[in-house]
Amino acid sequence: MDLSGKTLFIANRGEIAVRVNRAAKALGMTVVQAHSEADTDMLAVRLADRAVDIGPAAATKSYLDVDKVVAAAKDAGADAVHPGYGFLSENARFARAVADAGMIFVGPDADTISRMGDKVAARDAAIAAGVPIAPGSKGAIASVDDALKVAGEIGYPVMIKASAGGGGRGIRVANSDDELAKLIPQASSEAKAAFGDGALYIERMVTDARHVEVQIMGDGTRAVHLFERECSLQRRRQKVWEEAPCAELSQSARDHVCAASVRLAEAVNYRGAGTLEFLYEPARDEFYFMEMNTRIQVEHPVTEMITGVDLVQEMIRVCFGAPLSIEQDALDINGHAIEVRVNAEDAANNFMPFPGVTGAMHVPEDVRFDTMLFEGYAIPPFYDSLLGKLIVHAEDRPAALAKLRRALETMKLEGLKTTLPLFKALANDPTVIAGEANTAYLEKWLETAEIEPA
Amino acid sequence: MSKQIQSPLPGTFYRKPAPDQPPFVEDGGDINAGDTIGLVEVMKTFHEVKAEVSGSNARFSVGDEEPVTAGAVLVELD
Repeated sequence: MDLSGKTLFIANRGEIAVRVNRAAKALGMTVVQAHSEADTDMLAVRLADRAVDIGPAAATKSYLDVDKVVAAAKDAGADAVHPGYGFLSENARFARAVADAGMIFVGPDADTISRMGDKVAARDAAIAAGVPIAPGSKGAIASVDDALKVAGEIGYPVMIKASAGGGGRGIRVANSDDELAKLIPQASSEAKAAFGDGALYIERMVTDARHVEVQIMGDGTRAVHLFERECSLQRRRQKVWEEAPCAELSQSARDHVCAASVRLAEAVNYRGAGTLEFLYEPARDEFYFMEMNTRIQVEHPVTEMITGVDLVQEMIRVCFGAPLSIEQDALDINGHAIEVRVNAEDAANNFMPFPGVTGAMHVPEDVRFDTMLFEGYAIPPFYDSLLGKLIVHAEDRPAALAKLRRALETMKLEGLKTTLPLFKALANDPTVIAGEANTAYLEKWLETAEIEPA
Repeated sequence: MSKQIQSPLPGTFYRKPAPDQPPFVEDGGDINAGDTIGLVEVMKTFHEVKAEVSGSNARFSVGDEEPVTAGAVLVELD
């Protein structure tokens, strides 16, 4: 499909706007970049053919204003709108408004976004497609005896959850029959008081969890997977370090979770780039579906490095109606890639935000650095702290780690305080090197770690 | 002589603890040293702005949810 001459409106900012710009230019498209009043000087504006002011610095009055963004794209004569990640990327009303205005939304349709954004509906779709979920009671438990029976089947420890709860509220952990029998009545009356509904369900407690996610791409009919990423190193539920593939997985476990992900994508006629997120429990070699993200993700470059596929170009093409250009059989894992998120946060000082002015940049040559930075750029304080992503690719994981360590020795962003020193410490940490860090590891490590200022 | 309280950080200034709550300090109100007079949001993290001086008849020069630079005068007091 020839997209040259088509106009793409980028409804995002920062490094992802730069990334989308590069993909659009490679496809021969004309780029119109949206920006707030605080972002007139950003790199994506400089690289765009045209730029449009969409309002004040506060994101709620600019990047998050559905009507304003749709009107700006329409006025600019856009054929399509790319939402990036965050902001309006998973907003069904936005996707519908873009389509209703006669433009292409670069992502799945509004109904798919709504369905996958609803926890219960997404879980139901996953079960129907044979995607593995955490074992537990089927719906609410009827009695203490019922709970004991289910716990006997799935094994301790188990989590007792309030059906009406959410966001971690109303969760208790039981390690034995005695504890479970004691906790059920308490948890039920607490749930009744807190949520007005005493219904409980129980689920297997995953003690040593890894975050494993599968990249999929669909054209509305057919879907393929591009293998998995591991993103277990997280701080405050934000990923800071991502890898592809997950070194821990056996080939059979990989085949199993990737095939299930493709089934779900095809069952919902998925169009564009998407990610299914799972908890993986190495001791049991089992996956538990958490959620599906219906957009391009921050950490997509590690998948691009090991597969050679440009995910952003491909998602634009399929959303314009082209069939997938990729055959599943032609995809292979080539080596290992690691990405670290360079944030404007002082890692040596409790991650204090540091919206400074960028000085001289020293970036090693044999790495990929997807960034919004240029020398002299003043980082606005109004948005998230992601400045760029340092990505290394080598023949295997030990070689990728060695390359990352070398890169971190020479990489310098003068004038800024960033998370680079955190990664220097992590890249030399024995647990990380052994590939044994679970999702709780980084928070615990930070309690005692010494991070040297850059 | 009028006294000033400046923003310690660049970001977005909030006069209220939450959108549905009253402001920390009403226009024309009194402020005691140590009082929280507002919040500054920097890269999605919130920091309290504490008064270092006491005074009366608070006159805000920055509105709720408006951008501020580090050192910008937020409020003047008598």
